Amino acid sequence: MEFADLIKTPKLDGVFLHDPQPLQHANAATVGTLCITGHHLLLSARQENSQELWLLHKDIDCVEKKPSMSQNVVVGGIITLKCKDLRIISLEIKYAKEFFNVSSSLEALSAIQNAELLYPFFYRPMYSILEDGYTMFRPELEFAKLISGVGMGGVSSPNVANITICMPSTSTSTSSVGSIPHPLQNGYALDAAAALVGGIGSGATVLACEWRVTNINKDFSVCATYGATLIVPKAITDEQIVLSASFRDGGRFPVLSYRHDNGATLMRSSQPLSIQGIKRCRADEAILNLVLGRSKKGFIVDTWGKGKSNTETDLHYSQWKKVNRSIGNVSSPASILDSFAKLIEACNETGCSTDKWLSRLEGSGWLSLVLNSLNASCVVAQCLDQEGSPVLVHGAKGLDSTLIVTSLVQIILNPDCRTVRGLQALIEREWIQAGHPFASRHRYSCYTPHQTRNKTSGATFVLFLDCIYQLFTQFPCSFEFSTQLLILLFEHSYFSQYGTFLCDSERERHELNVHTRTTSLWSYLNRPDVLQTLLNPLYEPNANVIWPSVAPISLELWSELYLRWVIDQRSVTTVMSQVQELVTREKELRTQLAGQLATGTAHTEMEDRKWLCPAKLKLVDVQHKCNECPKSLKRADRLNFCKPHGYKLIECMMCQSQYNTQWTCDAI
Amino acid sequence: MDFTRFMNKFNEIERQLSPTSALRLSFDNISPETEEPPDGNKRLWGVPVPPFVSDKVVSWIEEEFNEAPVFYNGNCVLKKVESVRMIDRYNTKNPTVGTLYLTATHLIFVEPESNKETWILHMHVASIEKLPLSTTGSPLLIRCKTFLSVTFVIPKDSECHDVYTSLLKLFQPVSINKLYCFNYQPAKDDYPKSAGWDFFNLEAEFKHLLVPNDNWTLCSMNEKYELCDTYPRQIYVPKEATTLMLISSSRFRSKGRLPALTYLHNNKASICRCSQPLSGFSARCLEDEQMLEAIRKTNTNTDYMYVVDTRPRINAMANRAAGKGYENEAFYENIKFHFLGIENIHVQRASLQKVLEACEQKSPTMSAFLNALESSGWLKHIRSILDTSSFIANAVDKGVSVVVHCSDGWDRTAQVCSLAQLMLNPYYRTIKGFQALIEKDWLAFGHKFSERCGHIQTDAKEVSPIFTQFLDCTWQLMSQRSEAFEFNERFLLILHDHVHSCQFGTFVGNCEKDRLDLKLSERTFSLWGFMANHLNEYINPLYRPNVDEAIKANLAPQCIKFWRGMYCRFESGIHPREPLGDLLLDSKEHTNSLEDHVQHLTKRIASFKSYISKSAKKLQDATSTNTKVTKEVAVPNEINDNKYNYDKKLSELSAADDDHPLKANNMSFANLSLNAEQTSPPQDLPDEISSVAIDWKPMRNVTACSCSTPFDQFSKKTHCWRCGDIFCERCIDKNVSLPGHDSGKLVPVCRGCFRQMQKSTP
Repeated sequence: MEFADLIKTPKLDGVFLHDPQPLQHANAATVGTLCITGHHLLLSARQENSQELWLLHKDIDCVEKKPSMSQNVVVGGIITLKCKDLRIISLEIKYAKEFFNVSSSLEALSAIQNAELLYPFFYRPMYSILEDGYTMFRPELEFAKLISGVGMGGVSSPNVANITICMPSTSTSTSSVGSIPHPLQNGYALDAAAALVGGIGSGATVLACEWRVTNINKDFSVCATYGATLIVPKAITDEQIVLSASFRDGGRFPVLSYRHDNGATLMRSSQPLSIQGIKRCRADEAILNLVLGRSKKGFIVDTWGKGKSNTETDLHYSQWKKVNRSIGNVSSPASILDSFAKLIEACNETGCSTDKWLSRLEGSGWLSLVLNSLNASCVVAQCLDQEGSPVLVHGAKGLDSTLIVTSLVQIILNPDCRTVRGLQALIEREWIQAGHPFASRHRYSCYTPHQTRNKTSGATFVLFLDCIYQLFTQFPCSFEFSTQLLILLFEHSYFSQYGTFLCDSERERHELNVHTRTTSLWSYLNRPDVLQTLLNPLYEPNANVIWPSVAPISLELWSELYLRWVIDQRSVTTVMSQVQELVTREKELRTQLAGQLATGTAHTEMEDRKWLCPAKLKLVDVQHKCNECPKSLKRADRLNFCKPHGYKLIECMMCQSQYNTQWTCDAI
Repeated sequence: MDFTRFMNKFNEIERQLSPTSALRLSFDNISPETEEPPDGNKRLWGVPVPPFVSDKVVSWIEEEFNEAPVFYNGNCVLKKVESVRMIDRYNTKNPTVGTLYLTATHLIFVEPESNKETWILHMHVASIEKLPLSTTGSPLLIRCKTFLSVTFVIPKDSECHDVYTSLLKLFQPVSINKLYCFNYQPAKDDYPKSAGWDFFNLEAEFKHLLVPNDNWTLCSMNEKYELCDTYPRQIYVPKEATTLMLISSSRFRSKGRLPALTYLHNNKASICRCSQPLSGFSARCLEDEQMLEAIRKTNTNTDYMYVVDTRPRINAMANRAAGKGYENEAFYENIKFHFLGIENIHVQRASLQKVLEACEQKSPTMSAFLNALESSGWLKHIRSILDTSSFIANAVDKGVSVVVHCSDGWDRTAQVCSLAQLMLNPYYRTIKGFQALIEKDWLAFGHKFSERCGHIQTDAKEVSPIFTQFLDCTWQLMSQRSEAFEFNERFLLILHDHVHSCQFGTFVGNCEKDRLDLKLSERTFSLWGFMANHLNEYINPLYRPNVDEAIKANLAPQCIKFWRGMYCRFESGIHPREPLGDLLLDSKEHTNSLEDHVQHLTKRIASFKSYISKSAKKLQDATSTNTKVTKEVAVPNEINDNKYNYDKKLSELSAADDDHPLKANNMSFANLSLNAEQTSPPQDLPDEISSVAIDWKPMRNVTACSCSTPFDQFSKKTHCWRCGDIFCERCIDKNVSLPGHDSGKLVPVCRGCFRQMQKSTP
């Protein structure tokens, strides 16, 4: 298929753009030239200082046509583009033919399903890639870190270009992960590291079981939605894995998601299948029993709620306690999207009364979803942190609500996940490699009418980002990134020039060679100049667990995202820049003072054989003895200086004489 | 000790005394460690007796009670109850057990384990309720005007009843003369009673608005409150207004509240306020019509003006039946009449009640909370107040004058007039300006604080959260435009606390006349005086003066937020764990300290440099002429040791002159050597350096002050500027000037540092 076939009117003059941005006056329209390319819609007024509109076709959620009639003949019309970044813009076209051409091209272009025709496959970055985002978070390395307890997401400092992963140096054989490309291949056991951490880990209540990396899914035959490299208990054979996978929905057998400091492990899977005849699966039980290790009990947290998904039987999983923490009444991705659509609809209605707004906000149920997600995550985090028990999380298919909970738990518990790199690693591991179907979920967004969107679309990832936002508002100094990063992730998960969020699973990405043919979003994000704009000026690393408040009153609407096209958000940016200024100033002063103090102390540190050369403000050596009398001089006796250039006066109160000695300060 | 007997006797004696001799057995101004008793003779159980307590009482107490009463923190305890359990809503499972002390002024709950104290001022108590007896004791529910609500479970029912009855007596006095302010003494005498009372006066405030001028004049007819007793003595009216017009207009308006100027914008548009006209269905008053015409004529921008009735139309209609009502557009020429629909005080009171219920839901869900919030209508009311204020502000900004009234013109009118000014004029968005605004539009124009806040026992229907709403609206504006305000949320909360606390005389009484009659300025302290001592706590670190002249409120329903910090202030679990406002303020203070120190050190290095080059020159001269210098040499030597004096002088200079960095360079060296007589300890530089903390202890994870008082959500954590450690308000009461600071201004230091500094500079 050629794009040219779809683009019937590549260029059109005299198009009116109605952009109801809060920053501009209402009804202010710009006239410009419209261009439609294979991936973009461009609108330019062709004037200096005028904003150009660049829109990826993938950004368009739905196209609404409103032809204007004159004597029963269409004489043009208004095309309203509702975008996935929540913006709504209208194009007014004065000619009937062009009106239909443009609208049909836009409809066709925004609906292209073939991933290979999407922009990431055509986009070539104009900068050299410093580190490749596709290789930054190789599963083997991430798993190694997970098990060893070393900070995830590589080096937490954002500006270091090369990551070298340091394993604890004492763990002899696994110490140089960075240099050996795949140290964990061939099922290399991580027992050394695990045992080591088990010994060091604070509290060390539970000695975790040993783990190994398996390549059993390398051709994606065991589980189509998992990645090729997975981590399972060491004692479990590949055959057992296959058996367990056949017992679970979609083959998503229990895998390790996170290992806490105290050794408690978080697992995720999908629900067990309830096909008649299959009552139990000993291999599946074996996996869980191994995870249990020495601890007496574990928890199975069901994110779909009692009776809505299948659960493990009490009989065969006697040591596991079942906990129901459903995200919503119906936790399906489609219902989450419904809720999101209602929320955005309410947000866009700025003219209504407060009562109406509150009742629509309540009716959308979005904040309840956020609250329940946080609640479920807190329960899981508590089980891990305070009880030290292993937890298995699953919903139905284990692709949506499960991932929200497992990833939020890590943000709550693990300080590394609150860094830029940590968050990237988390999203890479828990969402992209874990098989969250981004392409299907984000094909349609909130503006597409309910009946048109298919069942697989959803807004789970948005819900996850909102939950992070809530954590952020409660702990604004514990996150390395600012909310801007979250908004950027929101946008790129829907439409992007980067390939990170393409496709539904690792398998599809593998088939299309996404990793070699497109650029990773992380490669772009981690460029120092980009990263700089996404950092939180108030960040102070916080090693503690952050327990959020889950009282309804504590939740805040994410107006920075949901209201950004309807209500002026400039004050947020000014506040942020002021905070930035303040913090920078404080830091500057501290360094300045450190310098001055070095100078100042140099003035006084007489006992040291150092003296400040005031001409150069550099430390130089001085003599402490009076040249005349043999006494060592006291502080008050002496007066030193470096006359520019090269004299030192030594004066002795005892003999009331002064001497002038030739001396060169090393500054000269 | 028989408690009831004590209280009876106590009240009996109190009756015998004159009403002004403020006997409340309030010993709280006297801390146990006070060294000198005010009167050597009078001592009661080893504690000095305050001078206002008559001998009669002392002897009576001594006779009556052989045992010494218990003291808590310097407060004489009327009643002490052990093993009381305190239940707050988010912690019902593990109630804290502690001791409850009832003093003359406070109810104090102390948890011995965590050392946490909960102080409830009697004046803050809004209601006391005895709940049904439970297995663990009798619960006593106390709700406060500060939106704190606690339940104490007292094991013995008789004791609970004692506490209950005495609280009932104490929390809302019958007479205004029994209010807390009349015997309140600050813990330390750092400011006089007169401080603050003279900060604001109406004439100066109007001068600020360039009034009187060609159009407006001061009317002297209300000097003795003859025209209107709820108005200030100085009222400003159009120059054209004749005496007849003023008197007739006053008679034609409810409570005599005639149209008077409250704000004049720089474009000649003005805001005038009044009460509703007594128009009924057909009555008219020509003079009142002339009066409004005169107001219109002061503004030549437009040929019309707005009359804003802040009530809903239906309420205004209903008032007509009572012979009141609104202006008839047919009679008043050139006015445009608007109803803006703010509900009356009763609706607002009921609405607040529902908000509090919404906050107090047990195990609430998100939808339950949102539904309750919606049905309370609170945000709707806040929005309608903001809406009306925006309407007025927009009109004035466009050059149209506005006359505002509601029914009596002291509730809704005060709200919208002051908010409109807040939007229009940046001066009112400063700390001083905001206080002036309250002083002008609320206190002077007769908002009935004592009735609306229920200071004394009064008709419960007169109580209404009108001022709370004003603060709420201010907060809404602040959260939309934080950089435009000099003050922060804490400032609003402190204001709210003290409007109800009656600790200061500022908000006591219903109008200016009341306050004069009560001689408050002589008998009580002023809140403004107290606030002046704590200004640094109220600063908004993001404030940018001169950003905008007028600010506009965004009235979209999505922008009107629920003020968690006010209505749920005491539920510590639900607030952000890392409070940004406090952190930024702290950061700002730290920056100031560091800047000051940098300035100081820069000067030290500069002075050192100049000194060295000077003596080098001297030396060169000396060696070149080959003359033996003996005495002169000693001079620079001494200077070396006199940096302290030098800097002191510098800092004095710089304090006087804003251009101090330049000044420092111009300092004549010769002048200094003359001064260099005294010698200060040679280690002065290290002293100076160590006197300023470079790194301040991070606020995170600090759960308690060194005095083991735990910190909670709203307790102010203050850094010692010398050592950088964090202390609670009580432990950091010393303000000194640090030698390492250039400006020499007084900054907070902890007691330990204070002692060390005293030692080093005797």
